[in-house]
Amino acid sequence: MKNGLIYILLGAGVFLTAALSLSMGAMKIPVQDVLLILVKKTGLFRNTPVDEQYDTVLTIVRMPRVIMGLLVGAALGISGAAIQGIFRNPLAEPGLIGISSGASLFAVLIIAAETAFLAGLSNLLGYYLLAFGSFAGAGIATLVVYQISRNGGKPNVATMLLAGIAVNALAGALTGLVTYMANDQQLRNITFWLLGSLGGATWQIVLCLVPFVFIPLILLPFMAKTLNAFALGETQAQQLGLPVGRVKRWVVVFATMAVGASVAVSGIISFVGLLVPHMTRLIFGVDNRRVLPASALLGALILTLADMIARKVVAPVELPIGVITALLGTPVFLYILIKDKKKIAR
Amino acid sequence: MLTVENVTYKTGKHTLVKDISFMVHPGEIMVILGANGAGKSSLMRLLSAEKKPSAGSISLSGKAMNNYTAKELAIKRAILNQQNIVNLDFSATEIVQMGRYPHYNSKPTTHDLDIINEVMGITGTTHMTDRSFLSLSGGEQQRVHLARVLAQIWDTPEALLLLDEPVSGMDILYQQQTLSLAHMLAKKGFMVVAILHDINLAAQYADNIMMLKNGRKWYHGAPADILSTKSIYDVFETEADVFTNPNTLKQLIMPKVITHHLSEQKLKPFTL
Repeated sequence: MKNGLIYILLGAGVFLTAALSLSMGAMKIPVQDVLLILVKKTGLFRNTPVDEQYDTVLTIVRMPRVIMGLLVGAALGISGAAIQGIFRNPLAEPGLIGISSGASLFAVLIIAAETAFLAGLSNLLGYYLLAFGSFAGAGIATLVVYQISRNGGKPNVATMLLAGIAVNALAGALTGLVTYMANDQQLRNITFWLLGSLGGATWQIVLCLVPFVFIPLILLPFMAKTLNAFALGETQAQQLGLPVGRVKRWVVVFATMAVGASVAVSGIISFVGLLVPHMTRLIFGVDNRRVLPASALLGALILTLADMIARKVVAPVELPIGVITALLGTPVFLYILIKDKKKIAR
Repeated sequence: MLTVENVTYKTGKHTLVKDISFMVHPGEIMVILGANGAGKSSLMRLLSAEKKPSAGSISLSGKAMNNYTAKELAIKRAILNQQNIVNLDFSATEIVQMGRYPHYNSKPTTHDLDIINEVMGITGTTHMTDRSFLSLSGGEQQRVHLARVLAQIWDTPEALLLLDEPVSGMDILYQQQTLSLAHMLAKKGFMVVAILHDINLAAQYADNIMMLKNGRKWYHGAPADILSTKSIYDVFETEADVFTNPNTLKQLIMPKVITHHLSEQKLKPFTL
């Protein structure tokens, strides 16, 4: 299949899912009205008659949520693919190897500190602080796991997964400790955040998330060629004259930036970073020049879909989205394990 | 021309390569022989510019190795490593295409694609084109890597091809095919430096052999001049007979059987 067609199909899929997701909820808005309102918002056809009530619900409640879902999904999809390239392994997933829990720990620390010392912060500034904190936590976790998992210059999968378990456990324990020591107000804020889902979406959060997601989305695909050569081994990639060290640094920065900010706004959503790149590779092959952008699109699509399911199955209440992604993702993880047992465990 | 002058390489307390000098000319296959731990792979890492020598200098086509940018070097020399582990499911062609990465930015040109076809033909990998790399056998994977390495320097005159134990663990047909390919490439004008464990293969294909022991160069010259019972004993501490093959006039090496004298005690069957 031609590359162009792939992207057009995926893009159309993302758009349709988003439109469907916008139409769904306590107040059912027909899809055609959703489309009309969207068209009107582009500034063309200003005179199109639209239902005021629909417009308000869409603009204030649903659009931030759907856009946040798209951004978080794209972020998790592309960073999962990029991290797997760096670790040279399709099992490297932000949730699995401790990146998300590192981000989560730092987010909790920041919330505790904010509540105690910086209560006067404006909302937007607060979200930025949270996003940067999670970014730092994700970065530290990645570096720790990456350094430990390398054995004489070659990454070792078993060590990577074990290091991930350790980082997850440590971050979990420290998060528990912070929660335990927190005062009432801090505890309330932390718990509220830990419950987090796409449900808390506001335009302010979306605004904060945009740079953290768009910078990686635009810049990561430029590293695709070098990431491909990483599959041969770092030394081999170097022998091909590729800027291995520089690409490694930037991929870690961009991927943890995207994962960190996603965790900051929506909590840990596991297995998207595993499920999405795996599906992309099945459909489009493993060349990162296609896998990276396609993972972003497919990630946006899958997360929006998962959010729809989360809202639909037990309506009017909703399931945590992480439950849906884990339900979809765990079988895939097991499938990769069983199928590639011999190939991967080296 | 590859010129190595008084090269020494140390890591920590250990000196892995000691004061080695030699030259390799275009059209020449030089084989490095030596026991395990003699410094062969370390020397290879210096030649590939993966590591920098602690002392001495290496130059390629009259330009010091240090003065090449990574990209220039990628076009000038290629290395086939001993172990190549790939965990992601690329197709055979995609792996070979990586050899052309230093030559194009985003899309391979027709010239690149022609070269990829040509090297896949030469290495006998054409029929694997769309097959998943991970589904290939060890020997087939090694062939694909060879094609990738050739693609990298195919259109560079007087390029340096480094082969680090290219045929270890491979069957006899693959061994002969790979080394005759190396021979053909040398005739094309490449400089080939290979580490081999099989002295007979070295005698068959090398223009020059360099024998290393404890990081030092012990013997260096044409196979006929340096392969002898003495040199093999000096370097490998193994007694061997050296004949001349009457058909090819190349050396034939036959190691002698080592007899172990076990004491009576050890020969007793185990009793429970």
